[in-house]
Amino acid sequence: MSSSATLRTGGHPPTPGRVAVELVVNGVPLAASLDPRRSLLDLLREQLGLTGAKKGCDHGQCGACTVHVDGRRVASCLTPAVQAHGRQVLTIEGLSPAGSPLHPMQQAFIDHDALQCGYCTPGQIMAAVACVAEGHATSPEQIREYMSGNLCRCGAYVGIVAAIEDAAMKMAATTMATAGRSAEMPEARHAAV
Amino acid sequence: MQPFDYVRATSVADAVRAFGAAGPDTRLLAGGTTLYDLMKLGVETPAHVIDVNGLRELETIDTSQPDELVFGALARMSDVAADPVIAGEYPALAESLWRAASQQLRNMASVGGNLLQRTRCAYFRGGEPFACNKRAPGSGCAAQEGIDRGHALFGGSEACIAVYPGDWAVALAAFEAQVDVEGPHGPRSLAIEALHVEPGRTPDVETTLAPGEIIVRIRVPKTPLGRASTYHKIRDRESYAFALVSVAAALRMEGDMVAEARLALGGVATRPWRVRAAEAVLRGQPFTPALARRAGEAALSGARPGRMNAFKVELGIRAVADALSIARQRG
Repeated sequence: MSSSATLRTGGHPPTPGRVAVELVVNGVPLAASLDPRRSLLDLLREQLGLTGAKKGCDHGQCGACTVHVDGRRVASCLTPAVQAHGRQVLTIEGLSPAGSPLHPMQQAFIDHDALQCGYCTPGQIMAAVACVAEGHATSPEQIREYMSGNLCRCGAYVGIVAAIEDAAMKMAATTMATAGRSAEMPEARHAAV
Repeated sequence: MQPFDYVRATSVADAVRAFGAAGPDTRLLAGGTTLYDLMKLGVETPAHVIDVNGLRELETIDTSQPDELVFGALARMSDVAADPVIAGEYPALAESLWRAASQQLRNMASVGGNLLQRTRCAYFRGGEPFACNKRAPGSGCAAQEGIDRGHALFGGSEACIAVYPGDWAVALAAFEAQVDVEGPHGPRSLAIEALHVEPGRTPDVETTLAPGEIIVRIRVPKTPLGRASTYHKIRDRESYAFALVSVAAALRMEGDMVAEARLALGGVATRPWRVRAAEAVLRGQPFTPALARRAGEAALSGARPGRMNAFKVELGIRAVADALSIARQRG
């Protein structure tokens, strides 16, 4: 995805029954006219080819579709795409820019074997990055509570909690190291890529 | 999903005008976590949707007023739960929010929309071929002869025994919150307990809101009952589930004596269920575990279980007693 041309409907005036939407996905501005029934998840997967966010239940019950909107984690399957108008969307594809090291959370999931089949993993990682940023990753108990919206049917929960504890420390260290250079939050750095 | 036309409201007045002029097949879209979900299931089939998320003036969380906490209807559940005054001084309110749904959904869902969350009854959500008077008035109630493990002990009727699923409204009932609405005939306020109605013969009617009325604000009187409070939620799993039984409990102690108590139940009734008879059991008595148990028995007296949910009676009694013990430790 390199420009708004990726959106098949981008750049055209809205047609009847469609709604004009402008949003920024992983730092790339996009314009589209959309059927208001379309979910943000379907927009990402079907129109933008960003298939990292997964469709598990499509009813907000499993967390596989988790992305960030304006820096907050949401269920993209329960977000009508038209509601993302004027917003910044970050998906797993935008978490670590091409050519740069993995995000500490991605690396921690590898280091701790925090997955088996991997289907829930993009949602787990996006939720986990937000969980740390919110300050909700200060103990295993708190991580379990604030990650309860992400189901893993392989049962990799022990590894997931360990990965988040590990990444939380590394993210805190990174934040402190960059604090002197920039007032930007890690979230904003990734979204601006 | 059935097609619908979509408009974005640009002001409260604009939303009131559009909603007031619209027919009964119009819905307001706030967080969307209930509405859009039910539209996917074909249970909600609006022809018109008015998106109110742009109304930033309704996102306020104001704890600085002398007499009341003020929440704009579009304040998000996660933001209210994380507010330091709410979390510190009104733990029952905060817990009713962060013990609901997941953080993803709490980031989306508004505290006004949450009041209007619709039941999780599987026969309501499941659609055809199941009969449901709430979804299709006059079709019957499949839950009466069906799997009623999650259904109501209180407030049910022959037409409907579906449980009100929310937590926040239960906590608000304990704190005697007011709901401000605006509509075609101007603004008005009502007690939270006057918002939801029992199903009776018309389970499709769930609130006393008039056509075109919009919830704009929730106000909670500041009270010393806030600090010694809890929202105790018993679920099939530890987190991210609807309540089997939940209890909003708040106490004002004078030494070891209960000066004032508030109790409301969730997960067991067709609407938020304040239990004043149980509050009266506590008032003026020295707090003991035995007293807390008696309050629980009073709270659950009159329960009308079905075939599979009688376990909720003893569970409810114990949940009330435990909630009171937790609240007492904070007082």
